[in-house]
Amino acid sequence: MALVGESGSGKTTLLRCFNRMVEPHGGEILVDGVNVSEQDPIVLRRRLGYVQQQGGLLPHWTVSQNVGLVLRAMGRTDARAVDDAIALVGLDPSVHGPRFPRELSGGQRQRVALARALAAGPQAILLDEPFGALDAITRGDVQSAFERVQRELGLTMLFVTHDLAEAARLATRIVVMRAGRVEQEGSMTELRDSPATAYVQTLLASAATLLEALRTA
Amino acid sequence: MKLIVNAFSALSARLGLRSPRFYRCVFCGAPALTLVAGSVSAQSRDAADQRNVVVASKPFAESYLLAEMFAQLLEARGISVTRRPGLGATEVAFGALRTNAIDVYPEYTGTGLVAILHDTLPDAIAKDPRAVYSHVSRRFADLYGVRWLPPLGFENTYAIAVRRETATNLRLNTLTDLARESAELTAGFTADFIGRPDGLAGLERAYGLRPRAVRPLAPALKYQALATRAVDVIDGYSTDGLLSRYDLVTLDDDKRFFPPYQAAALVSPRLARRPDAIAALIPLSGRLDERMMRELNRRVEVEHEDVAVVARSALTQFGLAGSGAHPATAAPGDRDRGSFFRYLASRRAVMLAQTLRHIVLVAAALGAAMLVAIPLGLLLERARPAAEGTLGALGVIQTIPSIALLAFMIPLFGVGLVPALVALWLYALYPIARGTYTGVHGADHDAVEAVEALGTTPVQRLLWVRLPLATPVIMAGVRTAAVITVGAATLAAFIGAGGLGEAIVEGLALADTRLVLTGAIPAALLAVLVDAVLGLVERRVRPAHLRGR
Repeated sequence: MALVGESGSGKTTLLRCFNRMVEPHGGEILVDGVNVSEQDPIVLRRRLGYVQQQGGLLPHWTVSQNVGLVLRAMGRTDARAVDDAIALVGLDPSVHGPRFPRELSGGQRQRVALARALAAGPQAILLDEPFGALDAITRGDVQSAFERVQRELGLTMLFVTHDLAEAARLATRIVVMRAGRVEQEGSMTELRDSPATAYVQTLLASAATLLEALRTA
Repeated sequence: MKLIVNAFSALSARLGLRSPRFYRCVFCGAPALTLVAGSVSAQSRDAADQRNVVVASKPFAESYLLAEMFAQLLEARGISVTRRPGLGATEVAFGALRTNAIDVYPEYTGTGLVAILHDTLPDAIAKDPRAVYSHVSRRFADLYGVRWLPPLGFENTYAIAVRRETATNLRLNTLTDLARESAELTAGFTADFIGRPDGLAGLERAYGLRPRAVRPLAPALKYQALATRAVDVIDGYSTDGLLSRYDLVTLDDDKRFFPPYQAAALVSPRLARRPDAIAALIPLSGRLDERMMRELNRRVEVEHEDVAVVARSALTQFGLAGSGAHPATAAPGDRDRGSFFRYLASRRAVMLAQTLRHIVLVAAALGAAMLVAIPLGLLLERARPAAEGTLGALGVIQTIPSIALLAFMIPLFGVGLVPALVALWLYALYPIARGTYTGVHGADHDAVEAVEALGTTPVQRLLWVRLPLATPVIMAGVRTAAVITVGAATLAAFIGAGGLGEAIVEGLALADTRLVLTGAIPAALLAVLVDAVLGLVERRVRPAHLRGR
């Protein structure tokens, strides 16, 4: 599921309400059918993986240590789970595991961040502009890793993006946000066939223009 | 400089006046308490009387000499003595005496009148040595329970001195003459003189003396500064051995501005209750005249004879030297003979002991500062609104001159190791706390936030992320604090804490450059060494990704 909108539309804030990094002033968010404000934030966050735009890896920990962070926070060590998560995002545990983040490329770092969110077996993953800081080619690679994870684990993945085309490629459901409010929610087909507002229409048109330009070039 | 010294002496005097009265009030209000307190203090008094008699001096040669004579007199009567020579200045020495941290030191009646009591007497009394002596005796007994033993027999007044050629060229004979020409002259005065009401400020009032510039100088350096024309006027003492060596002219105090400065032993409230000690000291009263004192000072300051040897010869001359006692000072009297390296070799045991003492001071102060400042820095990071204010307050401590801070410790902790450690500890807090706060505050924001969103506890974030990433900045703060502390610890000698400063203070007081170097060189090497060792420690605790692989 993708949260789409321009800068300042509130999509990141909404994402952060899910793991109580931000407390909403009104309304309620249910995770597993329970209002998050009634759940212990630390337990809640361990059940929801999290990936940041800049990765946010610990520079002084190796890839393996970074990926094992949530397990370690819970007082567990599970080298298998760590290696599996690294392999799942397309890296080699024996090659990349002992490296420090600064020895990796930007795309590799973002995959490690994804592996870190996965390693403790979360129920869902929150991703804040996970591909935003990457160049176009690297972005494609990381998106492939993302799709593979989605396919193999069948996890609920809620991600924030400003790019409708990216949302169309990776998400089954899309929420369009503007100025802190939801403009429309639905599949890409539903959005295309019956845009609820003028803003959704404009958004679709700009994505279409881009695709058109690519086709004719 | 002047302002600070003035403010400080005023403050300490006020504290001194206030505290006895304060305690008296407290005890009057609670008779039962008085009984308990009385019996407790009687017991502790008995215990305290078993302690060695602590003989101290101020940091100039004559004071060292007189204190050594006091010590030898006491030892001749079989009384055990601890020597604490070279204590700061008047505030430090008197502050220590008043609180029984030391027991006896040589003081001058004029200094007691003006710099400690801040009393202004009618002219007729103020110029009469005997009247001044009886005034200070009475007032010191009333206010502090401190006793002046009968005067030793000589006066050591301030002697404002110029080079002979300056006196001839400008036709200077009196202080009035000097004031006339003062706008053209540079003065080099001791910090004590600059700050005291019977010093520069008084001369300005009485004579209109306003030098073109005033340079604060260490007592032993001012003669050299005058001889090498770095300054034109200095404040000397009339009994200084160096006055004759440099062929200087002392100017006549034609308006009788300076009060009489009769030298006498000043005795702590605790020692005043020991008749055996008083009986040991009193025979020296009235025995020393000005000519003799100048000669003894000359032997120490110019001939660089050992203080203990000179003191012993004087006492022998008076028939006061004990048979069984022997000088406790180990240093031989052959300071001028042989090369500098041979001299260093001859002092290696003392240097080693002082260096070890210095290391203990630095390590203890720094260790205690780290135990407090690192947690404080972490705490402030959690309570950011309070951070700048708290760090600012710690920073203010850095601006207090070391000697003032040390003097401030005396009423609270006496003299010796404890007040020095507290003062050094206070100095070391700021760089470490600031480094910790800045380091933890500035730790990779994305990493901290991502790790929080993944469900870590605050303690885990601190131990896994903030603290490890902050170590380079924390260590920079620790290294800064360590080097500052090595330097500041040399001043600890002013309150009798020992260390390498002891050689520096004594060397400066006795105008013995080589002695100064035996303290200054190891102190400098120690600073470099400490920084290097901590540099190695820093490499070891550096975050893993920054370590050489």
